[in-house]
Amino acid sequence: MDILFSTVKELVGLAEKSGRPISEIMIDQEMRITKRSREEVVAQMERNLEVMEEAIEKGLEGVRSTSGLTGGDAVLIQNYIKSGKSLSGNLLLDAVSKAVATNEVNAAMGMICATPTAGAAGIVPGTLFAVKDKLNPTREQMINFLFTSGAFGFVVANNASISGAAGGCQAETGSAASMAAAAIVEMAGGTPQQSAEAFSIVMKNMLGLVCDPVAGLVEVPCVKRNAMGAAKALVGADMALAGVTSVIPTDEVIAAMHRIGQSMPSALRETAKGGLAATPTGKRLEAEIFGKKAEESVVD
Amino acid sequence: MKFRSVFDIIGPVMVGPSSSHTAGAARIGRVARSLFGRQPAWAEIRLYGSFAETYMGHGTDVAIIGGLLDYDTDDERIRTAFQEAGRVGLKYEFITVDEEPEHPNTARVRIGDADGEMELTGISIGGGKMEVTELNGFTLRLTGHYPALLIVHHDRPGVIANVANSLAADGINIAHMECGRKEKGEMALMVIEVDQVITDSMIRLISDLDNVTQVSILAD
Repeated sequence: MDILFSTVKELVGLAEKSGRPISEIMIDQEMRITKRSREEVVAQMERNLEVMEEAIEKGLEGVRSTSGLTGGDAVLIQNYIKSGKSLSGNLLLDAVSKAVATNEVNAAMGMICATPTAGAAGIVPGTLFAVKDKLNPTREQMINFLFTSGAFGFVVANNASISGAAGGCQAETGSAASMAAAAIVEMAGGTPQQSAEAFSIVMKNMLGLVCDPVAGLVEVPCVKRNAMGAAKALVGADMALAGVTSVIPTDEVIAAMHRIGQSMPSALRETAKGGLAATPTGKRLEAEIFGKKAEESVVD
Repeated sequence: MKFRSVFDIIGPVMVGPSSSHTAGAARIGRVARSLFGRQPAWAEIRLYGSFAETYMGHGTDVAIIGGLLDYDTDDERIRTAFQEAGRVGLKYEFITVDEEPEHPNTARVRIGDADGEMELTGISIGGGKMEVTELNGFTLRLTGHYPALLIVHHDRPGVIANVANSLAADGINIAHMECGRKEKGEMALMVIEVDQVITDSMIRLISDLDNVTQVSILAD
């Protein structure tokens, strides 16, 4: 295997030594591993970018899931932005609405690109298509945003987990938001080390987040966790670009996420038995959706 | 390294809502279909762990049936796989098993028709990736760190050598290999983990060898 990096330290080191952005290191490694040309690798990522763009467009038109639990929030947020009353800022809310749009499409069994999973698929594209209006990137830079996100996700997947069933929501939306923060930094002109700092700042604020989907559906609270994940990614990127650093190095933050995931009880790892899924309302919705008899005892 | 490609992270393009419970499940069904070599007439699917608890909400059931109909993760027909199964005469049954599995997302797929049957256990390890852990009673001991091929073949002299030679000629290095058979001269299996990413041309090359009946990706 021609793996160039397996830790964030190695990844940043390679980028710094060669004076190239993290996205280039990722493209390089992908070409080595899959023995494909640069054109082929970039073309596949461009197809992913197109799917993301289409999902956002569809979600902003308004969709509804079959269960009826989610849908329509992306439209509400967009209308609110247009009202000019936004307190947290239009760019931030735009990212939030686009993350929500993607996840509403996902919940409605629409076509999405997993980043790194389907349940967390809104954050990377949501932030990308929001900062696009401010940074005016080329199409190539937008594709690179995905390679940089992927480079950090690659390290997480191999050293911790990106699965809610294995590591809770911190492994899914936590990874996605941290990956997005790192990519935003690169697109905004930050250094590879600043990307790593942004990743750490965001991941530290996602640690411990459990996976407790109501009725086992990727809807409640997944859609809103994507919304907040997008917000954290932008704020974390801004903090890193301002020069804020993480006291705990990125690879140690990732290791901490892994350990926390391993110590989570199974009720809080995508079994729909604990947390929000086990609330009275969560149980009632489950019973209504699947016509099952609501269980009286609540496991938590 | 369980995850080798950037497209394991940014990807797959898929029908929602869950990479592990929908896309990974579809891939388990599709590998079963590919190893069976034809459209099965019936399927009995046992779901364990998180698959058993949440399969309805995640469309795990339609995804596995979609996979058995040879749909890829980005095939929008997954949504209507049950109707299509009815149309082509694939009868199916889902059974949830209340047993703590080794991996939270485990499915045991038994499929067959008038000419034979097959049983496979698959796990969905996250981000749409899956691994086959058991086939027809053979435990497939993958290290999980490399791409893996499963080759079903007739137990004849020279088949293993031919496969190894084909891989070598293509510059593919074998990291780990296991061979097994049920009875002398009958069906045999090879599980080969390699250092390189498995390409379609590699699969075609091995499929064309004498006495090889099926080739499939066990872990990508």
